Amino acid sequence: MKDLTKRKRLRHSLIIIFSAIILLLPFIITNNYYLSVLVIIGIHTIVVVGLCLLMGYAGQISLGHAAFYGLGAYTSGILTSTYNVSPWIAMLAGAVGTGAVAYIIGKPIFRLKEHYLALATLGLGLIVHVILMEEVELTGGPSGLTKSIPYLSIGKLVLNSDFKYYFLVWIVALLAIILANNVVHSRIGRALRSIHGSEFAAQSLGVDTGKHKLQVFALSAMYASIAGSLYAHYITFISPNPFGLMTSIQFVVMAVVGGLSSIWGPILGVSVITVLTEALKEVIPKIIPQAGGEYEIVVFGFILVMIMIFLPEGLTAGVVNLYERWRYRKERTDETSGN
Amino acid sequence: MVVRFMRKHALLVFALILALVVAGCGGSKENTEKEASTETKEPYKIGVVLDISGPGSSLGIPERDTINMIIEKVNESGGIDGHLIELTMLDNKSNETEAALAVKNLIEKDVLAIVGCSTSGTTLAMIDAVQQSEVPLVSAAASIRIVDPVNERKWVFKTAQSDSLVAERVVTYLKSKGLTKIAFASMNNAFGDSGRAEFEKAAAAGGITILGTEKFEVNDTIMTSQITNIKKLNPDAVIAWAIPPSASSFTTSYRALGLTQPLIHSHGIGNKTFIDLAGKDADGVVFPVGKLLAAEGLPDDDPQKQVLVQYATDFEARFGPRNTFGGHAWDAINIVLDALEKAGPDRAKIRDEIEKTQNFVGISGIFNMSAEDHNGLGLDSMIMVEIKDGQWVPVID
Repeated sequence: MKDLTKRKRLRHSLIIIFSAIILLLPFIITNNYYLSVLVIIGIHTIVVVGLCLLMGYAGQISLGHAAFYGLGAYTSGILTSTYNVSPWIAMLAGAVGTGAVAYIIGKPIFRLKEHYLALATLGLGLIVHVILMEEVELTGGPSGLTKSIPYLSIGKLVLNSDFKYYFLVWIVALLAIILANNVVHSRIGRALRSIHGSEFAAQSLGVDTGKHKLQVFALSAMYASIAGSLYAHYITFISPNPFGLMTSIQFVVMAVVGGLSSIWGPILGVSVITVLTEALKEVIPKIIPQAGGEYEIVVFGFILVMIMIFLPEGLTAGVVNLYERWRYRKERTDETSGN
Repeated sequence: MVVRFMRKHALLVFALILALVVAGCGGSKENTEKEASTETKEPYKIGVVLDISGPGSSLGIPERDTINMIIEKVNESGGIDGHLIELTMLDNKSNETEAALAVKNLIEKDVLAIVGCSTSGTTLAMIDAVQQSEVPLVSAAASIRIVDPVNERKWVFKTAQSDSLVAERVVTYLKSKGLTKIAFASMNNAFGDSGRAEFEKAAAAGGITILGTEKFEVNDTIMTSQITNIKKLNPDAVIAWAIPPSASSFTTSYRALGLTQPLIHSHGIGNKTFIDLAGKDADGVVFPVGKLLAAEGLPDDDPQKQVLVQYATDFEARFGPRNTFGGHAWDAINIVLDALEKAGPDRAKIRDEIEKTQNFVGISGIFNMSAEDHNGLGLDSMIMVEIKDGQWVPVID
C-alpha cells in the first residue's frame, strides 16, 4: 500500500518535472526550426496519446486515425476560411463532430475483433480520404483548401510564430496526457485494462466492454481531431496528402515504438521517430551524396526491426526494464558485499 | 540464441540509436563550419526543397540533378563575385508536413533564397513560412495558386507554366484543328484537378464543348470503365490530364479499346517515362509542352534554341533523357542566381530583382516577371508536340 502511494507521488512529480522542462525549452532553444520540429512532435503526441489509450489499454488497433486527424483539420479549415467561424469554436465543433462520427461508426465496427477490426478502421481511413479528395466543392479536392486558413489568436495575441504556437500545442498536449493519465488510473482505466487482458474475463466480471471500448474510441478520435485543428492553423494550408493511410500507419508505428503501456510512450515514440526522420535527412546526403528519402526508409526499417526484436514492449517499457534490472543487480551486489 | 544474446544487450542497441540521432544533430553543424572556414569569401547559401522520393520523385529527381549540375558549374568557375554557392538540398518525401519543416530548417540556416518544391501541394505548405520570414521562394511547380493572389504572395515566384496557360494552349490547338466536341479525363490529384478546372474555363472561353469528364486514380492501371464511358459520348477528341504511370495506363487502355479520335495529353507527360511505359501506344499522342523536348527541331532563329540545346546536351550526357521538370528547376535556380548576382546577399533585394526579371531566356520560356505576374510566361512558351516512333516531334497548328 505504501509502495502504491509512493508510486503515485513519483508519477505526479514526473509529470510536473516534465511539464516544467517542456515549458522552459523554448527559452533555451532559439532556433525556429528546432521549435517547429517540437511543435510537430507536440501535435503528433496528442494523436498518439489517444491512440495509445485505444491500443494499449483497450487493446483495439486503429489503422484509420489519420482520418480523424483529417476531419479535425478540415472542419477547422473549412469553417474558419470559408464561413469565418471563430477558430476556437471550429476546433470544438471539429472535436465534437469527430467524436460523434467515431461513436456512431464505432458501434458496428466494434462488433468485429482483432484483424477484422483493424481492417474496418483501415477502410474508415480510406473512406474519409476519398471524401476529402472527391468533395471538391467543400474541400477543394486534391489541390487542398483554396482559401488560406487564419492563425489562431488568444484575445489580441495572434499565434503566428513558432515560439507562440509551441506553448499552445504543448499546453494542449500536456492536458491531453494528464487527462489520459487520469482515465488510465480511474475505474474506467482498470476496466479497459481488463478488456486488454481478457475480454471474456472482463465481461464475466460485469464490465460493459462494448460501452467502454466505444468511449475510448470516441475519446481518441477527439484527440486526433484537436491535433488536426492545431495542424491546420499551424501550416495554414491543408490538402488530403497528410491525412492518408501512410500517416495512420506512422501514428501506429510511433505508438508501438514508444510503448503502449505508459503515458510516456507516446512522447518518446513521436520524438524518436520525428527526430530520426529529420536527422536522417541531414546525415544521409552527407554519407551518400544524391541520396533521398528512399535510403532513410532502409535505416528506419532497420531501427524498427531492432526495437521490435529487443524491446518488443516499446522504448519506455524497455528503458524501465533496463533500469529495474540494473537496480536488481545492484541490490544483489550490495547484498553480497554486505555479507 | 542470437536474439537472446542481443536482448541482453538491449542497452547497447538503444545507445546505438541514440548515438545516431546525436550524430545527426552534431555532424551537420561541424560540416558547415568547416566549409565556411576554408573559403576566403563567405559562400552564398541557397536552399532547395524537392520531392526527391515518394510519389513526386519523377519530378524531383531530374530537378535535383539539374540544380546540382548548375551549382557545380558555377562553383567551378569561381562562384558569384568570388563567393561560392553553398547548396543545402532537402528531400520532403512528397510530404507536406516535411516540406513545412524543411523550409523552416533552411530559413534557420540563413539561406538567401529557396528553390522548391516540385509539386503544388508541397509548395503551398511552405508559403506561410517564407511569407512570414520574408525569404524569396521560387517554385518549380505548376498550380496558379502558388503565385495567386499576388498580394498575398509577395515572396513567392514560380517557373512552371500555369495550368491556365497550358489549358489555353490546348484550346488554341483544338480550334485550329476544328475539334470542338471533346471528352476530358484527369487523374484524381492536385495536378489533374487543377487541370480540369482550368481547362473548363479555357474551353468555355474558346467555344469548345466538353461532353463529359472522367477521373482515374493516381495508381490505377486499367481505365476500361472510364474509356468506355468516353467512347459512348463519341467526342471529336479526348483530353487526358495526368502524369505517368497513370497517364501511360490511360493511353494503353485507350488504344486497347480501339478509340480512333485524337488523344491529347497535358504537359504532365513531358518525360521519357511516359513513352517507356506506354510503348507503341504512345505514338500519335499530341501534347502541349515547353520547347525543351523538341529543342533540336526548332527553327534556328528561335531565341531559346541555344539555351535549350545546351541544357539538353549537358543533362543527357550525365543523367539520361531530358525532361521539362528539370527545365523548371533550371529556370528557378538561374533566376535566383541572376538576382543574387545583381542584388548581393540580401533577401529583400534578391526578391526585388527576381520580380524585375525581364527577357530572361529560360528553358520553360522567356520570363517577364512583374509585380502582378510572379510567373512571367506567355502563350508562346508552349508548343504542341506529337510522339512519333517514341520521339517528340513539333506539330504546327
